[in-house]
Formats: sequence, structure tokens, C-alpha cells
Amino acid sequence: MSALLEVEGLRTHFFTRAGVVKAVDDVSLSLERGKVLGLVGESGSGKSVTGYSLMGLVDEPGRIVSGAIRLEGRDITALDAEAWRKLRGSRVSMIFQDPMMTLNPVLRIDTQMVEAVLAHHAVSRAAALERCREALVRVGIASPDERLRAYPHQFSGGMRQRVAIAIALVNRPALVIADEPTTALDVTIQGQILFEMQKLCRETGAGLIWITHDLSVIAGLADDVCVMYAGRIVESGPVDEILDHPLHPYTRGLLDSIPSRNVPGRPLAQIPGMTPSLLALDAGCAFRERCARSREDCRAAPATSRPAAARSLRCVNPLP
Amino acid sequence: MSTAAAPLLELRHVSKRFGERAGLTDRLARALGARAPAGPVRALDDVSLAVGAREVVGLVGESGCGKSTLGRIVARVIEPSGGERYWKGRPYARYESREARPERLAVQMIFQDPFASLNPRMRVADIVGEAPVVHGLIARADRDAYVAEILGRVGMDASLLRRFPHQFSGGQRSRIGIARALAVRPAFLVCDEAVAALDVSIQAQVLNLFIRLREELGLAYLFISHDLGVIRHVSDRVVVMYLGRVVESAPTAEIYARPNHPYTEALVMEVPRIDARRRRYVPIRGEIPSPIAPPPGCHFHPRCPKAFARCREEAPRLREVAPGHLSACHLNDEPSP
Repeated sequence: MSALLEVEGLRTHFFTRAGVVKAVDDVSLSLERGKVLGLVGESGSGKSVTGYSLMGLVDEPGRIVSGAIRLEGRDITALDAEAWRKLRGSRVSMIFQDPMMTLNPVLRIDTQMVEAVLAHHAVSRAAALERCREALVRVGIASPDERLRAYPHQFSGGMRQRVAIAIALVNRPALVIADEPTTALDVTIQGQILFEMQKLCRETGAGLIWITHDLSVIAGLADDVCVMYAGRIVESGPVDEILDHPLHPYTRGLLDSIPSRNVPGRPLAQIPGMTPSLLALDAGCAFRERCARSREDCRAAPATSRPAAARSLRCVNPLP
Repeated sequence: MSTAAAPLLELRHVSKRFGERAGLTDRLARALGARAPAGPVRALDDVSLAVGAREVVGLVGESGCGKSTLGRIVARVIEPSGGERYWKGRPYARYESREARPERLAVQMIFQDPFASLNPRMRVADIVGEAPVVHGLIARADRDAYVAEILGRVGMDASLLRRFPHQFSGGQRSRIGIARALAVRPAFLVCDEAVAALDVSIQAQVLNLFIRLREELGLAYLFISHDLGVIRHVSDRVVVMYLGRVVESAPTAEIYARPNHPYTEALVMEVPRIDARRRRYVPIRGEIPSPIAPPPGCHFHPRCPKAFARCREEAPRLREVAPGHLSACHLNDEPSP
């Protein structure tokens, strides 16, 4: 059986007046059913645009320039708007950082949820409502009947995010893309949502792509991880291997700058400089200006190597 | 931490209620037949806090716990509804005179949002240089040289003086915000989620700057954050708040090793850690209640796995459970079950 999702050489570029922004530049990844893939990177690394590309949500002036996206063996890269509409919300769905991007503030929850079901299934309203009820229960919402009749403003932030997750899951998608869904939430609420998501993946066999800047969330949740920098995946592999033995200097730098891995009160290991502008990138390694291990040959485009069976790396001078 | 002498900064029984007096719109709405509002928001309820010279106190808590309100009260951005504030052992009110101005400037604030907290129409030289000139700390003619010196201190190049905020990245804007606070020669900084908006690698740079400035200038900080990793790294002592009250306070190493209050325990457990792989999250149930109608007794009891009858009726007081370790939990009075 083929993988749930296979992405090969995806390039999503934005053609702006100032020049071409290569937000996603040659990204390849794959995901099995029931697994969680963590996509980690800082602002501007292209992690969200990668997610949007997989959902067919790239707007002008952006465009998928090349590459292939295969979902359950079917190439979905060049679908037209109508085909995407059929796919989105049924086979693939997305959870956003801000639940109010999903929820309409002037409609009741039941209206919004039933709409999502009826858009893809020819069932009665009552049957659709029953599915929505089940979805709310699955994400841990008590008294779903009452909640279905409420408006989004009557919910707390964590509750809204649960509703957004319930809407994303109501049609039992094969692939869920979650773009920093817990970043705006409090620690205890984040714990609850992570718990629910983990359970749902195990139970439904859906594949989950978790986009975040927070390596510690990935550590607790993901099976595999891809680290992105300036539009490219610089390193990927099983979560234990990447976190315990990073080979790319950027991954190492990210891990070292996490406060809890440093001696309290001592200066943190820091990556010098800042992320480069995506407008001014050349073919070479985008991290070389900030990298202590950079050499003359970092100016050439770094090829992807396979240091271990399940790992990939894009660095000419990796860590030992 | 200073022992015999008065602490650098002290709050005694400070409380803050918002919305006690009805504003014009409220009065109009009620005149037109609207229902009376649900009552004031109790942002702070009898909070006492002391920070010694050169000490860093970390203030943690979730949304709505009052940590930002507390920071703003310390920095005189807002006035408390009750309780007293002391600077070097004297009430804040004693620093109102013109002569006391340098002391009044000694507490400065660093804001969370490096975008919203800088005036987009002002150049860096004006943002950083305005306050010291207005307060007569430097002559107007010396301003640019002074600002250049301060920028150097926060790791920025003096050639950036004429730039506007939009020309900087998030990390650089944070540095400008810090430079603005340092320009009036403070002894105490209230840092309200000062690194929350920054990327991990940039966050490390700015935290390092805070640590270096503390050593170089002998500053004390009230470091407010929801991020327990950050708090652990920078603080000497940690104060945990829940719904307007302090629930626990202890030296940093102690509170992470031996959290006493069930809420602190949950917080320390819930934090995602890099060494915890594919863990099973065991969440604490429930939502953070509204500060308009906080639950009776201990505010945490509806979510607490160990709550018993007394927790629903009586608010626990902060008591010492170990040297320098205070906790407000009835479990400390009961023989352990």
C-alpha cells in the first residue's frame, strides 16, 4: 500500500513586485496513515505555505511552480477549483492557529458544522446533526447539544479551538494539517488539545501534519520531524534520531537555544544573526551566514543526502 | 536578595478591580433598559510581592490570572484599587515630587508586542532619546550620542539612529524597546512577555541580552511569562498566579523540583519538554474560570484532582512549607492521606 501522502520536489513561489519569493523550494516529505509528522521552523521558513500548498489554498501572487503532491496514490497537484472543493473538508482538512479563521462569528455552531457535513454527504439534516454531535464529543466537549446552539463568542479560546478541530474532523479526513493550533493557548489547555489530537490519530488512522515553531511540542507528539529553514527542509527523520543526534547545524542551534536545555542563569547558546530575506536567496545553503561550520562549498546548492535509512539531510559539512 | 534592609520593591495586599464605576456607555445602556453588567472583574485579589535589589522574580500564570495587571501596577501604568506599593521601603506616593523624579523613573516597563509598542512614525533616535531629554537627564544636544551609546549596549549599531521601526525585524524591535527603557537609567524592569513574540533563535538572543544587562547594570527584573522554560532560565525566584491570587512562591530550583500547589504541579507537568517523546498527555480538566465570577474558596478547586470540602468554602492562605517556599493549599494543613 502506498503512503497516505507523498510530496516530491514541491516549489511554491510568490511572484511579487519586489521579486520572486521562494517560500517553499524543493520540499519532499511523506506520511503514513495514523502517524504524526512535525513540520518545524521559524517565521518565514515556509512551513505554513507548505501546509497551504497541500490544501490547495495558495492564493495569488503565489503559485505551485513544480513538484507533485500525491494523496492516497492520487496526484492532486493540478486539481481544478471544483475538485479541490470536493477534497477539502472531506479527505484533507486544516486546523488554523486562530480558530476564528475557521468559525463564522455570526452563525451558530450547528449551522456551521452541519454545512460542513452536507457539503460532502447527501444525508438528512438530522443525520448530519448527529455526526456533529459525535464530533464534538470526540474532541472532549461536554453537553454537545447545548454547545451546538451557541455562537462562537460564547466559547473560550480553548473551546473554540476544539470546535474548529471538530469541524476539521467531522467528515473523517485521511489527512489533517494543523498549523500551530495550540500556540495561542495556555499551557494547561494546550495539554488537553495535544491529548485529544493524539487520541484521534490513534483511533481514526488519520495522518497528521503538525506545523509549529516549538520543538518541545513536536518531541511529545510526532513520530517524524522535518526541520525547515528559508523554504527548504534541511533535515528530516524519526523524532528521536533528529532530536538526539541532529546532523544539521541549524537543528542543533534550535535545540541548543531552548532554555530548558541550558544551565539556568547562564547565557543561552544562540544562533547569531537572523533569518535571511526570502527575496535575496541564492542557490547555496541559506543558513551559511549564521553557521559556524560554513565553508567555501556551502555556496553551491547543497544536495540531499541520506545519512540513515529514514533520514535526509541537506548540508555539505554536517555535525559528526 | 537583600535580607535585613527593605526590598527594592514591595507590594502589600494589592488588589485591582476593573469596571467598578459604570462608564458613560454603560450608564446610557442601562438607561435604555439594558441589564446591569455582571460585576467588576477581579483582576488581582490581595497580592503581596517583594523583589530585592538585583533579584529576578519570575511571574507565571495563564491568561487572565492577573500577571500583566500586576506588572502594570508595579510600573505605575495603572493604579491599584487597594493595597500599598513601596519603592526602597517608602510608599510610591512619596516619589511624586519633582526632586524624586529620577527615583520615579527607576521602574520601567518592556512590553510584549515589539510591533505595537513602538510609534511607527518616530525614528529610533526619538523613540529612545525622547524620555531622557524630557526628564532632563541629558541635554538635547547630546541626544544622538547618548542614544548611540544605549543602542550599543543592547547590541545594535549606532548607524541605525535615523531608521523607523518598520525597517527592523522583530528581534531588533525588541532591542529598541529595551533601549527605550534603559535610556532613563532604571534599576528595575517589568518585562511583560518580553520574548513571547520572538522566534526561538531570536528569543535566545534577547534572553541573553537580559542576562547580560542584569550583570552589567545591576538591574532587578519582574519577569512575566507564561513560558515556564523561560522563567526557569532567567529567574531567581518564581511566583505562580492563578485567577488573581498568588498560589505559590519559591526559589526557582525548589519550585521546579518540589512544586507544592496542585496547580503548579500541573503546570510543571504539562510543559512540553524536548526529552519527553510521544508522551501521553494527562491534561488537567476544565477551563480557566472567569475572573468576573471566580469560584468560592480556593479558585483552583473546580479543576483540582485533590480538592475536598474545605477547598470549596475557604480560600487557603499562603504559608511557608519549606524555607522561602510559600504555598496556598489546604492540603498542607491536612495529615497526608
